[in-house]
Amino acid sequence: MTRMLEAHGVGKRFGAVVAAADIDIRIAAGERVSLIGSNGAGKTTFVNMITGYLKPDAGRIVFDGQDITDLAPRAITRLGVARSFQIPQLYGDLTVLDNMLVANACHEQRLSFWQPARRRSALDRADALLERFRLAEHRERRVAELPGGVRKLLDIAMALTAAPKLLLLDEPTSGVSAEEKFPMMDTIMAALGEQAMTVLFVEHDMDIVERYASRVVAFYSGGIIADGAPREALASDDVRRYVTGELLQEPA
Amino acid sequence: MDSSPAKPTDSATPARRRIASAGLGVFALLAVAGFFSPKWLTFLVTMAAANGLVSLGIVGLMRGGVVPFGQGMSFAIGGYTAALLFNKLGLTDALALPFAGGLVAVVIAVPFAPLLSRYRGIFFAMLTLALSMVTYGLLMKLELLGGSDGFNLGRPTLLGRKLPDARVGYILYLVTIGVATVMALLARAYFDSTRGLVTLAVRENELRVEYLGGSVRQAMAINFVLAAFCGGLGGALVVMSLGHIEPNFSFWTTSGEFVFVAILAGWQSVAAVFVASTVLEVVRSFSSAYFPNTWQLALGLFLLFVIRFLPRGIGSLWMKGSAR
Amino acid sequence: MNTVFTILVDGVTYASWLFIVALGLTLVFGVLKILNIAHGSFYALGAYAAASFVGWAASMHWAPAFSLVAMLLAAVVVAAVVAPLTERGLLRFFYGRDEVLLVLVTYAMFLILEDVTKLVWGTNPYYVSEPYGLFGNLNVGVQTWVGYDFALVALAVIVGLLVWWGLNRTRQGKIVLAVIHSAEVAASMGVNVSRVYMLAFSVGIFLAALGGAFTAPMISVQPGVSVGVIIVSFAVVIIGGLGSIEGAAVGALIVGLARSLAVHTAPVAELFSIYIVMAVVLVFRPEGLFQRTQARKI
Repeated sequence: MTRMLEAHGVGKRFGAVVAAADIDIRIAAGERVSLIGSNGAGKTTFVNMITGYLKPDAGRIVFDGQDITDLAPRAITRLGVARSFQIPQLYGDLTVLDNMLVANACHEQRLSFWQPARRRSALDRADALLERFRLAEHRERRVAELPGGVRKLLDIAMALTAAPKLLLLDEPTSGVSAEEKFPMMDTIMAALGEQAMTVLFVEHDMDIVERYASRVVAFYSGGIIADGAPREALASDDVRRYVTGELLQEPA
Repeated sequence: MDSSPAKPTDSATPARRRIASAGLGVFALLAVAGFFSPKWLTFLVTMAAANGLVSLGIVGLMRGGVVPFGQGMSFAIGGYTAALLFNKLGLTDALALPFAGGLVAVVIAVPFAPLLSRYRGIFFAMLTLALSMVTYGLLMKLELLGGSDGFNLGRPTLLGRKLPDARVGYILYLVTIGVATVMALLARAYFDSTRGLVTLAVRENELRVEYLGGSVRQAMAINFVLAAFCGGLGGALVVMSLGHIEPNFSFWTTSGEFVFVAILAGWQSVAAVFVASTVLEVVRSFSSAYFPNTWQLALGLFLLFVIRFLPRGIGSLWMKGSAR
Repeated sequence: MNTVFTILVDGVTYASWLFIVALGLTLVFGVLKILNIAHGSFYALGAYAAASFVGWAASMHWAPAFSLVAMLLAAVVVAAVVAPLTERGLLRFFYGRDEVLLVLVTYAMFLILEDVTKLVWGTNPYYVSEPYGLFGNLNVGVQTWVGYDFALVALAVIVGLLVWWGLNRTRQGKIVLAVIHSAEVAASMGVNVSRVYMLAFSVGIFLAALGGAFTAPMISVQPGVSVGVIIVSFAVVIIGGLGSIEGAAVGALIVGLARSLAVHTAPVAELFSIYIVMAVVLVFRPEGLFQRTQARKI
């Protein structure tokens, strides 16, 4: 099985705060891994280190056989890693279509001074993705005017434009109402469907985790406290104590 | 706007042809109108077109979210290049000189581009300002380049032929608006291109551009070099019609006027840049003649009005839809 | 040795009025986050007002020493009249907008004030040179120094100390420092940020006008004076660091000495030496020598 992502002894501190301590993970191609943990547990730090936004203080991160520990976000993206953002990072002044065209343009190997951004091939690619994410009806609308759920989907659709090998979703359903969460994840997963894409998603909603993840990695205090199939991971005492709150923590 | 997900009917090529025809049409109209216009009017439009080119470069940078306060540098470099080539090397062709001016401005801008591409906001403005003032200081003090008085240049030729006395102004007018039209069409194509779209994205969210695999610094560096070309081109064209070059071309107040036009125009419509430049020339000419002590007052008030009520510039009055 | 001394004295005298003006500019940026292109125009207003007041005092046949009071008064009047007008009447409508946009608003102010000055005082130059002789001359060997220049240095030192003391040792000053640090946090603690803006802007304008008023005897007061002043002031605050008092002092000294050095040893560099230093600082240490603000760099 191809190793898509590996972390070896990754560590990161911010002053006295240990955001990551000796993280070891191996993720195979095609896995759907959910990263869970309470706020400050280290999931986002880990995602940020994968994408190159933060540099680990210790350890190495290897993507598809290549050491990406010291690479810049742009270089990592070009290798095949894409991410979405908890607060959608969009171009509010532009239309949904233009946002997709930007993603398309950024992905292109050789940008053009002359070729129109709105040429047939680019439009087709953008429209195809918009279809898959059920965003076609918003095609010509200005992003700043769109509701939260649509913006989140667009954010993810833009990440997918690059046909990445590894997709990182940062809390894809946060800020979305309870009834919308499942349909949204259905749409996302369906949109990914055909390709055996490796997906890491940070998630707080355990129902979502159980339904869509093939594997769960639980973080606490910078370390990994559980790593396995959702059933087992979510049933572990540590996870129940430090993540889901089902077991009360012992007073210090 | 039709919201059905059917295959979109818009396509870039017919739009491009339309724009090109419109451009040629405007050029033809101006050419004819200029033939029958009084000399002062063709001169005014010549200046407006040449100065408009400089502001066009600024607009290119503004689309990326930065405002340069030192475009006078490229403007002066273009002008001095043209004047020096004319006087020292005998190169007098009215088409070669502007091109040379643009080229030299680019050559000088290229080493600074990677550096400047890392700056934003006030620091970008101040660094471009400092560079233009260094240029000014050099030009003022170098006797080789005429010192504080600058120097004059004679009448350009066109494709080897001397230009007749009576028609010199009109021919330079044609050359200038011709170059301006070509540059305007190229600019429109560039703004609509993939690189142009990425520039707009940089303005709004640099982080996301990097995370999508695009290079913010490359986009900004390229825009800076293109702006330098426009500045140099404009500078040479101005000098050919004006017959005179001086260090003041690089002074910060000159850069300020180009910024004024760019703000007035906004960054959506290329035509707006030339309209705004014409407005400035008109205000400048008429006010100098009739209200010499109030034209800057008028400009200042005008600028405030635009900033407050037309933040996207006058171009937003006729460019509908999303900010492109 | 003589030349070195001359260079130093020239540099320091140039630096003293520049410090006063740049201090105002840096204060306004520190508090209101506005880089004020029109700052030079307030300098000019101070110079013109001083010309008028001194001329008026002279026509009343008052003692020459009174002209110093007249100049101080000129600066006060300019600040008292112009500050509320520009801050309340114009700037506050643009607070919170993009920093470069605010620069453009001040650019519009500069354009407007250029003509306002012309309309009020006309285009002919004013010479208000009588006060220049008030402090006599100092003869050192072959060199003659004008006492007024040293008095200006003294003024700069006094102004610098007063502003430093006002900011760091008074209650009101500490409130201003809080706003410099974070207007939002200060507001949430009950500080009347509007009033602080008003105060800081008035002091800033006063300093510009003061610099203009006391430099008036050394120059010909005419249209265009503001244009050169603002650009040199920018160089000073960029070199010293936007929002820093020490920066304004050190920046002014560096600019003054660089210019003086150029004038006496390499005249060809006189005009651009200042801007080369400014460019170099922007490249290697964009926050300036005394960091207050973070440079927006990628």
